[in-house]
Parts: sequence; C-alpha cells; structure tokens
Amino acid sequence: MRPSREGSPWTGLWAVVTKEMADHLTSARMQILEVLIALTALGTVYAAVQEIRAVIGHDPFLFLKLFTVNKDPLPAFVGLMGFLVPLVAIALAFDAVNGEFNRRTISRVLAQPIYRDALLFGKFLAGFFTLAIVLVTIWLLVMGLGLIFLGVPPRGEEVLRGLIYLGACLFYGGIWLALALLFSVVFRQPATAALASMAVWLFFTAFWGMIADVLAPVLRPVRFGLPEEFLAQIQAALALSRFSPNILYGEITLALLRPEVRALGPLLTFQLQGAILGSPLPLSQSLLLIWPHLTGLVASTILLFALSYILFQRQEIRT
Amino acid sequence: MAELVIETKDLTKRYGDLTAVDNLNLKVYEGEVFGLLGPNGSGKTTTILMLLGLTEPTSGSVRVLGFDPARQPLSVKSRVGYLPELVGFYDDLTARENMIYIAKLNGLPRREAYQRIEQALEQVGLEEVADKPVATFSRGMRQRLGLAEILIKEPKLIILDEPTQGLDPEGAREFLELIRKLKGQGITILLSSHILSQVQRICDRVGLFYRGKKVLEGSVSELAREVLGSAYRIRLEVQGVPEALIKALKGIPGVQDVTQQAPDIYEVQAKEDLRAEAVRAVVEAGGKLKGIMVEEPSLDEIYARYFEKGGMVK
Repeated sequence: MRPSREGSPWTGLWAVVTKEMADHLTSARMQILEVLIALTALGTVYAAVQEIRAVIGHDPFLFLKLFTVNKDPLPAFVGLMGFLVPLVAIALAFDAVNGEFNRRTISRVLAQPIYRDALLFGKFLAGFFTLAIVLVTIWLLVMGLGLIFLGVPPRGEEVLRGLIYLGACLFYGGIWLALALLFSVVFRQPATAALASMAVWLFFTAFWGMIADVLAPVLRPVRFGLPEEFLAQIQAALALSRFSPNILYGEITLALLRPEVRALGPLLTFQLQGAILGSPLPLSQSLLLIWPHLTGLVASTILLFALSYILFQRQEIRT
Repeated sequence: MAELVIETKDLTKRYGDLTAVDNLNLKVYEGEVFGLLGPNGSGKTTTILMLLGLTEPTSGSVRVLGFDPARQPLSVKSRVGYLPELVGFYDDLTARENMIYIAKLNGLPRREAYQRIEQALEQVGLEEVADKPVATFSRGMRQRLGLAEILIKEPKLIILDEPTQGLDPEGAREFLELIRKLKGQGITILLSSHILSQVQRICDRVGLFYRGKKVLEGSVSELAREVLGSAYRIRLEVQGVPEALIKALKGIPGVQDVTQQAPDIYEVQAKEDLRAEAVRAVVEAGGKLKGIMVEEPSLDEIYARYFEKGGMVK
C-alpha cells in the first residue's frame, strides 16, 4: 500500500477564507447587492407596517407579519428574499475557480504548501460567511425597523422563529452558492458559469412547478376516480415539486413565519379533529413540519459542494 | 559530486494517446543552474508540474530535495519556489498585498513575513511600487514580483517556467542577471525556455527536449563538442601568404579545421580555446595579425544541427 499524503488538507484554509472575504466585502459587485437588499428590507417592511396598521389589529405574532405581509404592488419580504438570496449567492461564487484560471493565479497559489481542498473549501466558506453577514444585517434591519414602527418588542418565540428562518435562508443560499461554485469549476468562462447558474435558478422558479404538475398524472394516474387516487396524485405532484429549492424555501417560510399553518400538503378532515381552527402551532410542531425540508437544503448544499470538489481535484491546472 | 536536488527515473506522463513526457531521467545537483530547453509542447511544463506534485506522473518516480512530490507535496512546495509561465496576480491588490497572501499560505509568522517581504522587494528592485496595485505593472515588473514572492519562502530550489517570455530583450537580460545573483547565494535553479540563445549564458548544464524526450544533456560546450564536433571557433584577421598560414594553423594540435572565409579572414575550429597557440603559429609563419576573436557556440546552432544530422526522426 502506498503511504497516504502528508499533512492536513486544511493547511492554509483560513488564509484563503480571509483573503476571499476581504475581496467579497470590498468588491463593487457586493456593494451593489447590499444596496439592493437594504432597499428591499426598507421598502417591504415599510409597506408591511402600513398594511399591519390598516388591516390587522391584534396578533400574537405581529413581528413575524413584518416578513410575510405584503402591500400591492410590492411582494412580501420573504418573497423578495426568495429572489435575492440566490442572486447574491450566485454573484459570490460564479467566478470563484475559473477566475483564478483566467487571471493565471491558480498555479501560483497551488504551488504554495496547501492542498486544493483548502482553496476550494476556503472559497466556499468565504462565500457562505459573506452571505451570512449580509443576511444577518438585513434580519437585524427588519427587526430594528419593526421595533421603531410597531412600538412593541418581539416575543421570545418570534425571535426564535425569525432566527431559524435566517438559518434556512442561509442554507437556501448555500445551495446556489455551491451550484455557482460547481459551474465555476466546470466552465472556463465566468459569464457562462453565471448564465448557467441563472438558468438553473429560473428553471426551478418558473418551470419546475409546471413540470411537476404534468408529471404527477403520468406517475399516479386517476383510473377509477377513487379519492385515494386523487390524493396519491396530489402527493406525487407535491413530492416532485419539492425537488426545487425554491419550493422548499417557500414551505419553510410558511411553516416558520405563519404558526397557524398546520400542514404543508393536503389537509384531511381527520387531521383536523380536535383542533381549534386558526390557533397557532407551538414552535416544536412547526419545526417538525419542516425538518425534512431543512435537512434537504443542507444535504443538497453538501452534495453540490462534494461534486465540485471531485471535479476540481481531477482538473489539470495547466492553462 | 554535489548533492542531488532533483532526480527522476523513467518519468512518464500521458494524456490519452499523447505522451507528454517520455521516460525522463533527469538529475540536477545542488547549486547549479539547469536549463530545460526545447520548443513549445516538448514536455517542459509538464515535467515541472510533476516535480511540484501539481500533476501526477503516469509512471516512473520523482524525488525533489529527497521528497516524493506526489505523496509529500507540502514538504516539496514549502521548499521549492515556482514561477509559472506568464504568472498572474490579483490585479486589484497591491504588490505587497499579493505577497502577504502568499506568505500567509506558507504559514509564515506575521513579523517574519513582513521582514522577508521587505527584503525580497528590495532585492528585485520593486520597493518603490510596493503599494501600487499590480494592475499598473508592466510584464517585467510582474515577473520580478513573481521572483520576489518566491524569495519570501527562502527556497532551496527555484523553478522558473519560461522566465523571459513576454519580456523585451533588455528586460530579459536584467531578469536573467537577477537569477544569476540568486545562484551566487547557493540556490539551485531549474529554468525552462524555448529561446535557447537567451538562457545559454546562465545555464551550467542544459537538457534539450524534443517531443517529450530529453535528446541531449550537458554543458553548452560539451554539447557543442558532441554535436558540432568543435566547441570553439577562432576568427583571425591576418595579412600574409594564405597557404603558409593555413598550413601553420592546421599544424596546431587540437585544431580540427581551418578555412579561409575572406581574403584576410581565417576560421579555426578547435575543441579547446587555442587562441594563444594560433597567434604563435601565425606569427611564426610570418603573418601580420590584425585581430582575433573567439566565437562561442550557440545552442540554437547545436539544436538546429542536431536535427539536421537526423539525431531525431521527425
């Protein structure tokens, strides 16, 4: 047996992370996105507050309404984040690896005593941390604005639900970050990588729902008109649609920020037995509802990263 | 003999059907400047990448400073400085910031890193522009920055891939001068080039590559002797009787050929530097010596002649 390779694969990881983060945080690209996101937070929260004051009087989860209530024509905060988080994540990573090739810096960096692992993982972590900084900032902005406009402090459970939503946003972004990173390994041109990432995002946002609706009757046809058949078909459509990270994000948002939601699929009458309609679920029950979604988001992020890792390890570094 | 710094045994790299490096056996000793020379696509860069563990050999073995680059890449890469062909930098960072990143990747403690960066910048003459973004640098400055970056590692071996590529003749000369100074500090240097004439002056030994094979190896004068048959060509400007002069010159032991190239110009081909003997012979034959010059053999000529003679089937 040949001896395994020496040293830790993470040698130099933090040097890469700090350098990449410094690049992200000072780049014009990030500054534009930060302005865009700050505007989103301000606009949507202001609109939500107007709506809350006008329509909703008392609600135990007033603060969470800041995230979910919209006033036409502006979408709700969570809706806009569904667009913006992938955009930021893709912007952070689409030129991560191919940029090093194009600048001819890759061989110089890899000639230092580090493994490729450190470079790729460092770039991913730097993107992830940058995304986290951006999201935490917005989250604090929304909560702060809420305090000013609503004049009541949030309850502990609201803060907790909000924080879990923040974590979910981060891993929702993580998927797109890992995807853009993957494309930056596969495609030599950063523009191609960016377009490919956007194409995948658009596919899941606009078309996947339709495709799921078309595929479900094929997989679970209704032959005899039995209620079980209809139910099976609906559930198949739901299961298919959940391959899309956008749907996962949407359902997580729904369960977390609207505690009165008791199920994410079709609700059967027997499930409602003994329930008081409109009463909120405790946090633990809401979490139970979206636990598979959360693990799905984290798992896809890891899977996509692993794929780019394998491809990057096999890549010849000569330009 | 000095210590071995690089040793390869039957080193081979294949990309599909293409054999980029074919059974290479190379030995480079401590303190020498070795040139990997040959046209583009002859396997020089692939060899270098295998020496650094940046690409895995298909077969054969490599030892660099006693380490196996495929299994102990960190040990190799922390002791070897590598300047890639047409090296690139992070253009929006300054020269110093670029170097700090490299120092961090090498795990140097901060204070020592800053000190070494200062010294290295001074050594290559970039201290004045250290805080300017690299985007404003000329090709020559980038190349020098690349060298400075290597120096902060305090390497035992420096590998330079086409170091004069993209430089004007003056810039190339200055850069080679820098390299020569490094040799004076006892650092072993391996450099590759396809411009033979430019680097022949600073190389102690060279290996000529062709299609993945090392076809010739040795010092320039050794190669000249082997391929051209004579390493020295002495040109004499003499007034006198041609027949007598040629006879006298041919009579010197070690002279291989004497030709008259113009009415008063004679060329003597010899294995050694026979200038003194030639002068004496000319004077004794009654000639009036006006000038004497020795022409060093050029690698270009050796290379061209080698293929002319069919040393390699094309």
